[in-house]
Amino acid sequence: MSDITKQSLTELVKNIRSKKLSSTDVTKAFIDRSEKSEELNAYITNDFTSALDKAKKFDQKPNLDLKLPGIPMAVKDLFCTKNIKTTAGSKILNNFVPTYESTVTENIWNEGAILLGKLNCDEFAMGSSNETSFFGNVQSPIDKNLVPGGSSGGSASALAGQLTPVTIGTDTGGSIRQPASFTGTVGLKPTYGSCSRYGIVAFASSLDQAGPMAQNVKDCALLQEVISSYDPKDSTSIDFKRNHYSKELTNNIKGKKIGIPKEYRVDGMPKEIEDLWQKGIQYIKDCGAETIDISLPNTSYALPTYYIVAPAEASSNLARYDGVKYGFRAKGQNLIDMYEKTRSEGFGNEVQRRIMIGTYVLSSGYYDAYYLKAQKVRKLIKNDFDEAYKKVDAILTPSTPSSAFKIGEKTNDPVSMYLNDIFTVPVNLAGLPGISIPAGHDAKGYPLGLQIIGKAFDEQNILNIAYAMEEKINFKNKITDWWIK
Amino acid sequence: MSKKDSEYLINRKDNQYEVVIGLEVHAQVLSESKLFSTSATKFGAEPNTQVSLVDAAFPGMLPVINEFCVKQAIKTGIGLNAKINKRSVFDRKNYFYADLPQGYQISQFKDPIVGEGKVILDMPNGQKEVGIERLHLEQDAGKSIHDLDPLNTFVDLNRSGVALMEIVSKPDLRSPDEVNTYIKKLRSIMRYLGTCDGNMQEGSLRADVNVSVRLKGSKEFGTRCEIKNVNSIKFMQMAIEYEANRQVDLIEEGKTIDQETRLFDTKKNETRSMRSKEDAHDYRYFPDPDLLPLEVSEKFIEELKNDIPELPDDKKKRFIEEFKLSPYEANILVSDIDTAKYFEEVVTKMGKNKDIKLAVNWITGELFAVLNSKGLEISQSPVSAKNFAILINLIKNGTISGKIAKTVFELMIDGDKDPQKIVEEKGLKQQSDPKALEALIDKIINDNREKAIEYKQGKEKLFGFFVGQAMKASGGKANPQLINEILKKKL
Repeated sequence: MSDITKQSLTELVKNIRSKKLSSTDVTKAFIDRSEKSEELNAYITNDFTSALDKAKKFDQKPNLDLKLPGIPMAVKDLFCTKNIKTTAGSKILNNFVPTYESTVTENIWNEGAILLGKLNCDEFAMGSSNETSFFGNVQSPIDKNLVPGGSSGGSASALAGQLTPVTIGTDTGGSIRQPASFTGTVGLKPTYGSCSRYGIVAFASSLDQAGPMAQNVKDCALLQEVISSYDPKDSTSIDFKRNHYSKELTNNIKGKKIGIPKEYRVDGMPKEIEDLWQKGIQYIKDCGAETIDISLPNTSYALPTYYIVAPAEASSNLARYDGVKYGFRAKGQNLIDMYEKTRSEGFGNEVQRRIMIGTYVLSSGYYDAYYLKAQKVRKLIKNDFDEAYKKVDAILTPSTPSSAFKIGEKTNDPVSMYLNDIFTVPVNLAGLPGISIPAGHDAKGYPLGLQIIGKAFDEQNILNIAYAMEEKINFKNKITDWWIK
Repeated sequence: MSKKDSEYLINRKDNQYEVVIGLEVHAQVLSESKLFSTSATKFGAEPNTQVSLVDAAFPGMLPVINEFCVKQAIKTGIGLNAKINKRSVFDRKNYFYADLPQGYQISQFKDPIVGEGKVILDMPNGQKEVGIERLHLEQDAGKSIHDLDPLNTFVDLNRSGVALMEIVSKPDLRSPDEVNTYIKKLRSIMRYLGTCDGNMQEGSLRADVNVSVRLKGSKEFGTRCEIKNVNSIKFMQMAIEYEANRQVDLIEEGKTIDQETRLFDTKKNETRSMRSKEDAHDYRYFPDPDLLPLEVSEKFIEELKNDIPELPDDKKKRFIEEFKLSPYEANILVSDIDTAKYFEEVVTKMGKNKDIKLAVNWITGELFAVLNSKGLEISQSPVSAKNFAILINLIKNGTISGKIAKTVFELMIDGDKDPQKIVEEKGLKQQSDPKALEALIDKIINDNREKAIEYKQGKEKLFGFFVGQAMKASGGKANPQLINEILKKKL
């Protein structure tokens, strides 16, 4: 049975279709392993009993034409799930049970998948290490006391630790790609507008995007195919022709032009990251594609821009958590007092920090200097990419400037924590798709990732490049099951 | 205070002050569903029964623009002779309140859907143009109810998310009377367009009133105060009157006016400070990232233009030209769309040989009196336009006299009866047979020989006496014109 959890999504689907495995077998296996993995703290809420019931029901009348037939799956606790507690990693939503389902998860269940439970994440997806969650930090399966990355840390940990065959996260500034990179897994941030934001607890509306996380590129393509849909309930959802990403997946990338942006060679970047990048360039060439040096001149402004735009939107998006309608409420002498106590006790430090930053940059007298300027820079960053894409089909960069760090290492240094997102935030600001694939290990044996950035709506292309590189890289994740007694 | 040349001025010692008023009117868009959700907007529903997850701001819920509300706003803009902006932006206006579930109101700040326009007012001393600064779309908040429980406040979210048009005027208004006429004109235009029912009792039309004063002849504006959320024309007028005098008193005492937001206390008839400029909210407006900029095409606007009915100003012009009405009469008939409709139907139903002047007199006279006394709108008139037209025709063609017509009209009210039938059943038809009338008059002259002699000797006043006797003898049915003619001949 232990083999089951080692199988990729593609293998599991094949085995269920060919009836070598039942949904119950698979579901049981992942539940068993999840139950033995409490030390990872990957789950906030589990729905194991109901998952088994659903698996049994599926097996009684299996619809094998579905894309995810009877596949169990845990999802980030930022997706609203009907009748299942949805916390966003926050005390303020500690008791919140939605009466509705997010479009992305709805798409997943409609293709036959079964919810295992809700995965830990940084509070309101604000963090790069999963240490801001009200439900405690998440351990990485890679090593004890190592962060799995964030904000989709629970998702990355559960995926790398084989508690779920695939999963979904959300990515506002790197929250899928960075944890994927830290845990030796594949994570795709789709084009803004590809996946509906309906029913996802909002962090920064103009940047948030849901995406798949998987053991390999093919699984990732299959899950992207399922979750991406045009949704009239999200006004920023875009109606474009969506590929059958997994069916159309090819490792033939001959003649593709891949840009190497010089601005991503940042000060203080460890040599092993530079080496990894060079290896990546070689793999690209080995696949018959061409690399071209390009410039994205405004890259250095991306991080400060991001840390204005994202908190600004967050400060407004989180205003609804006021103790009046749902969620946590502290007692107060009057309305204002109740607001203050509820929000002081209900939100953690990082969330409060960002609400304050956001409130500040939007306030009158500062709006032009911060928010408006940031919007202008954002446009310049997007223009950089538009310019580059006149010459190249995609861009290759490291996913992160370092490998995973220890729990507690950066807790008291928010800026150093923010710097972790330096290679991922420009992609969100420009609304582009980006994928992180595992590409090697550092000296400590921790995984390192490479990022492929594509043109808008061109997920197929970056999936193909990732697929071709994956074959050459032949990455093997070193999971020792250290947490299983 | 003096009203010389109908100018509204506030007098103190040697100084005369002019009052400058600008209005921000909040008009509820006539729409079945809300601005960004599909919830119903019916007035008077049980609390919290017309609330969607979007209206209550549940996590992950997103606004989706209601195209119908956009059309309504554009139509209103066309009705205000205003520039329609092909690109407008929804912003978030951030503030905390228990009846504002999102913690922000979606509104339009920098780029409203409608730009500058104008409205023409008919004032007693001529026409006046009032500039429109802008019209934008925004969400209404919910309602806090403080008086149901001694300790708790209750919140009703039925209104939360309902579409409002905020119509901002330029500071062109100069008196409470002009404000009265302006609000009525706006309401009239929107009712013609079907974009707002204008019902102030139900809160469909409210206004924030900006008031400042300055010495007569001065070109500079004084410091203004904004009186928030006044929901009747009468209160607006009272508030302006009070506020203008308060400001003048301050100036006369050598004090300065603080720019502030004030509330009008309808019980005490005074305005009170709500918050000063320093305490003003910082709303932290920014474009709502959940909504794309609203873009409308030229074609979209043109199609709506084709959909615009004849508006009051045009209708008035046509009534004057086509029906030879006085501007005063035309104004009365067009100010309310239902009155205009009723009038036009009467005109149509009267057929070829019609007396429009007579119809107008009867509508503004008898009909209005009945509606008033019964507290009815003209759309609820107990007498249909069809029967009303028949009645007017009966007068016109001499079948009944104006006096009898009043009796017939009284009888018509109960159950919208056909006046023709009433006349026949009650035998009220006018006597116009000259021979019968001659016989009747001969008898009266015979019976009143002495008076007839006095008349002939020059006591002309007695003519009325004979007319009265003849009418009385005929039971009021005699054709008065014929009676006159015959009497003149016989006396």
